[in-house]
Amino acid sequence: MPWDRNQMAARAAEELEDGMYVNLGIGIPTLVANYVGDKDITLQSENGMLGMGPFPLEGEEDADLINAGKQTITELRRTSYFDSATSFGMIRGGKIAAAILGAMEVAENGDLANWMIPGKLVKGMGGAMDLVAGVGRVIVVMDHTNKHGESKLLKDCTLPLTGKGVVDRIITNLGVLDVVEGGLKIVETAEGVTEEELRAATEATLV
Amino acid sequence: MTKIYDTASSALDGVLRDGMLIAAGGFGLCGIPELLLQAIKDAGTKDLTFASNNAGVDDFGIGILLQTKQVKKMISSYVGENAEFMRQYLSGELELEFNPQGTLAERMRAGGCGIPGFYTKTGVGTVIAEGKEHKEFPTGPDGAEETYILERGIFADLSIVKAWKADPSGNLVFRKTARNFNPPAAMCGKVCVAEVEEIVPLGTLDPDAIHLPGIYVHRIVQGAHEKRIEQRTTRAA
Repeated sequence: MPWDRNQMAARAAEELEDGMYVNLGIGIPTLVANYVGDKDITLQSENGMLGMGPFPLEGEEDADLINAGKQTITELRRTSYFDSATSFGMIRGGKIAAAILGAMEVAENGDLANWMIPGKLVKGMGGAMDLVAGVGRVIVVMDHTNKHGESKLLKDCTLPLTGKGVVDRIITNLGVLDVVEGGLKIVETAEGVTEEELRAATEATLV
Repeated sequence: MTKIYDTASSALDGVLRDGMLIAAGGFGLCGIPELLLQAIKDAGTKDLTFASNNAGVDDFGIGILLQTKQVKKMISSYVGENAEFMRQYLSGELELEFNPQGTLAERMRAGGCGIPGFYTKTGVGTVIAEGKEHKEFPTGPDGAEETYILERGIFADLSIVKAWKADPSGNLVFRKTARNFNPPAAMCGKVCVAEVEEIVPLGTLDPDAIHLPGIYVHRIVQGAHEKRIEQRTTRAA
């Protein structure tokens, strides 16, 4: 059985080490916070916060306290706030150990596309280009194929790029792959998924 | 000389002109200068360019100036929450310059610090880099060359920002994530007008805890804020 959203998030959480400062993207990456367990992880929200807490209880929402997805959140005892220039200073400056992000396409050379589909409504890249260019390690969490069953792990991205050669590791519903010299390397497969099944669903070169 | 004005409209008196570049603080609807945006709408100033991370929603924030067609161009990182924005953009009525969010913040900060340009890795190899100067620096492992692009500082005609508290000298304190783009936006304008929830007496704010020194802030107005929440999310008790 391929992994579901929560299993992918749980697998992504295994990538995080005690003491890390981490930025989580919108969607499945947000769920990673539910699986960090006892590890001491500090979450960054790029709108200006380190030490992001859970959603508030009803009635305790604060218009001045939101995450990068514009959702109401809470602070922790360790929380600090800062302006957007400082926030992206720490991102650009390599102080954030890892970012876990969603993707539309990843290429075998680590190119990432996750911000724009030409001809459709264009919303903007937000902080995604800054994150993939700046953080220590970029981990992508995504479905292995699109709804037509076509691979989203490609030889070359067809969509406009968010970053060139920026992805380090890909966690899909079928398994885990690393971007290495010459292509993608299978690290593991999801329980019940064979290496043959993963290979058959992958357009990118596997080494 | 006082920096305190009675209303948002009077705080903007004499500084608005058609075609100007305005840097605005805020992220989504959090920490936006909602009173000053309303006052610009009332003033009817036209052909405005806004450097602002977002464009508000249809009936709040910069969105209210889109309704009245007072905006010519947006410099933003994300505009996904605004149907009228999309309509005007797709019909060619509105220009849009996408900036990566951190690049936009740094362009404002740089402009405010007298820095006309800076090199960044953000956007290298993407559409953002097209037409920009590329330069190698030996910043990689063991001094390996890495590619950077030149981005320009933003020098705005006017800054409009929202803070939590001000003192009469213009020292500002922000609250939680409502700080966001407000300090860099405030720094990059020739004139900065700040709207605040409370003006407190001199000596009330701890000098060690000022987020933005009053040198950047020329005019202050106190007012009641709606502070609308865009995505109300809660957890079960």
